[in-house]
Amino acid sequence: KKQHKKNKKDDRGPPEKEKEKEKASVLAPSKPATQSPAHKGTASKYVPLRSDYGYKVSLFSHLHQYSRKNPPTQQISIPATVIHPSIVRLGLQYSQGIIAGSNARSVALLHAFKQVIQDYSTPPNEELSRDLVNKLSPYISFLSQCRPLSASMGNAIKYIKKEISNIPSQCKEEEAKRRLQECIDSYINEKIILASEAISKYAIEKISDGDVILVYGCSSLVNHILCEAFEKQRKFRVIVVDSRPRLEGREALRRLVKKGIRCTYVLISALSYILPEVSKVFLGAHALLANGYVMSRVGTSQIALVAKAYNVPVLVCCETYKFCERVQTDSFESNELDDPDDLIVTRNGKTHLENWQTVKSLGLLNLVYDVTPPDFVDLVITDLGMIPCTSVPVVLRVKNVDQ
Amino acid sequence: MLHQFWVDLLQDLPRFTETLVKMPGADKETDLSERIESFLSELKRCGSGAGSLRGSAETARETTALLRRITAQARWSNAGDLMEIIRKEGRRMTAAQPSETTVGNMVRRVLKIIREEYARSRGSTEEADQQESLHKLLTSGGSSEDNFRQHFAHLKANIIEAINELLTELEGTTDNISMQALEHIHSNEVIMTIGRSRTVEAFLKDAARKRKFHVMVAECAPFCQGHEMATSLSKEDIETTVIPDAAIFAVMSRVNKVIIGTQTVLANGGLRAVNGTHTLALAAKHHSTPLIVCAPMFKLSPQFPNEEDTFHKFVSPHEVLPFTEGEILSKVNAHCPLFDYVPPELITLFISNIGGNAPSYIYRLMSELYHPEDHEL
Repeated sequence: KKQHKKNKKDDRGPPEKEKEKEKASVLAPSKPATQSPAHKGTASKYVPLRSDYGYKVSLFSHLHQYSRKNPPTQQISIPATVIHPSIVRLGLQYSQGIIAGSNARSVALLHAFKQVIQDYSTPPNEELSRDLVNKLSPYISFLSQCRPLSASMGNAIKYIKKEISNIPSQCKEEEAKRRLQECIDSYINEKIILASEAISKYAIEKISDGDVILVYGCSSLVNHILCEAFEKQRKFRVIVVDSRPRLEGREALRRLVKKGIRCTYVLISALSYILPEVSKVFLGAHALLANGYVMSRVGTSQIALVAKAYNVPVLVCCETYKFCERVQTDSFESNELDDPDDLIVTRNGKTHLENWQTVKSLGLLNLVYDVTPPDFVDLVITDLGMIPCTSVPVVLRVKNVDQ
Repeated sequence: MLHQFWVDLLQDLPRFTETLVKMPGADKETDLSERIESFLSELKRCGSGAGSLRGSAETARETTALLRRITAQARWSNAGDLMEIIRKEGRRMTAAQPSETTVGNMVRRVLKIIREEYARSRGSTEEADQQESLHKLLTSGGSSEDNFRQHFAHLKANIIEAINELLTELEGTTDNISMQALEHIHSNEVIMTIGRSRTVEAFLKDAARKRKFHVMVAECAPFCQGHEMATSLSKEDIETTVIPDAAIFAVMSRVNKVIIGTQTVLANGGLRAVNGTHTLALAAKHHSTPLIVCAPMFKLSPQFPNEEDTFHKFVSPHEVLPFTEGEILSKVNAHCPLFDYVPPELITLFISNIGGNAPSYIYRLMSELYHPEDHEL
């Protein structure tokens, strides 16, 4: 089923790395239990389809649900001719959850693309600007098989494709590659690193002495803001709210405690108990949609809802590169389903859900994202300033005009 | 030598037989106090918060059975004495496990029964002692109470019979509630619930015999009792989905009804329920989804929610942040509260063994179950 395409990259990329990464040395792809309909289109022909795992709740049957135990590389034969090894490694890191968080994923993606561009060489009779874009397409569909792309990754990919197609044809290959590497570096620097500095500056104005700040899960941006505020000698304490099954809050807890900030830790079911003590809520975002809805880790909308009921201000911190043109009104249309086995837990030696697959009327739902309506959010802090949720389309329009 | 032994025995025999014959009634008393002590120690032991090791229905039944035994075996000559004894034991029992309010509720029910039986024996109507209306307070002048000091021969038997009726009522509560299930659930509904409640389980299973619907169970960390509930419901072929607590608001827009159980129903119509219920109630209110509480009458308690130090109950924070996170454990505070307060404005309907009621009617039901003077034991 694999179609070989003549590609000089195969000699360069070390085949040992691939062999390590692949769990099962299957030469012929194994027959998946459930067959999803084959994609049409040239790029995806080369990328094997990952099969769904387990019973899907009917409301979400339009989404994919993969198991962490069946990584996508099981279906790639050795050698993987079409996909660059750093992309394979990245895909595995995504699917196993080693790289998580929208900023981390985007930065890892851009670094992997830098490696790809470095190893790329234009075949004869082809133009770099067109051919490179075509080369990237199967990588992108492979990555989306490993884990659906985030909005930030989508924007980054759009930017790169635009930059590649803007390379003038008389430019030499080395020069073009250098230029592309520089573009990627400056993108990371401007949109992610400098943006977080700007956001910290604005956000620190909002933190006063004696504050009790509530954060949810692990947002790299919010952690950065709190660490900066602590360094600037603001006196506050933090309450970290966490939820099963990901328990990302523990990572945030470790980082804050290492800095020396006083922290309290609760699970999301204890939210009503802890909220009367809280003075502000800081939330991170995965994406900001064009109708003002905030798409973030599942549970964020609940925190915003209960904070609103207790009249506690909710501030969302988000870089502008995460703004996206999509609109969505609830968490069903486009979401991500994580491995349902994560919900299984053993307490007092008993695992109730152990054989959930055998019971045909039992399903487990492990959602990754949810959307928060704009009336729960009081302020959005971006690198362009502090805006209300409803000004997101204005920012998008301004950005498009700039470009 | 053997001969000497028999001689000694025969000499000691009168004294020996004396010790065998104890005081009449002393046997029963020690037996009674032993039972009370063992009940108290069981109450103290099962407060570890990993869900109740025994359901509240069992606790209510055992409390009532114990009170019946006290009535039968303790020494009392008039109703006032009996009420004193029961109040004393009731105070000890509620002190053993303050969060288990069914114990106190049953004590108050029995006290009310005693008052009623006494009033009936005296021949006066029950309503005369019922409410303290303003009119009565002004016109009665002296106290209408006579301290329950009159002795009646059949009082004991009447009281024990009334307590037996109470026990029968307790045994039928879950069935009475489940019988109303078909009136509230239609086909193709999506129902959400949280944690594990035996009443709601029986309710849903009863409805599933004739209707097809889908249930979403929020697992209620950290004890994850929702898992048990989901497996038990799916065994009856009910379509069940387990969702983590964080996804409650995300899926609420597709839910038609929220049906929950509770630990206690408070005097203002609010609830003391498992943690996470307040979030569920707020999400339901936001989407205008009806919130139905299935609670038997023995959970109704005359407490109000403002007592800060007695409302919340905590268990070891190691459930939330386990000891494996050792490095940070000493530097953070971790909390694991068990209960949430849900205000009555968020509740649509109470379903109890005597039928459906609005939260605004709870005060009236309370006045029928308990006498105002017994609210403080």
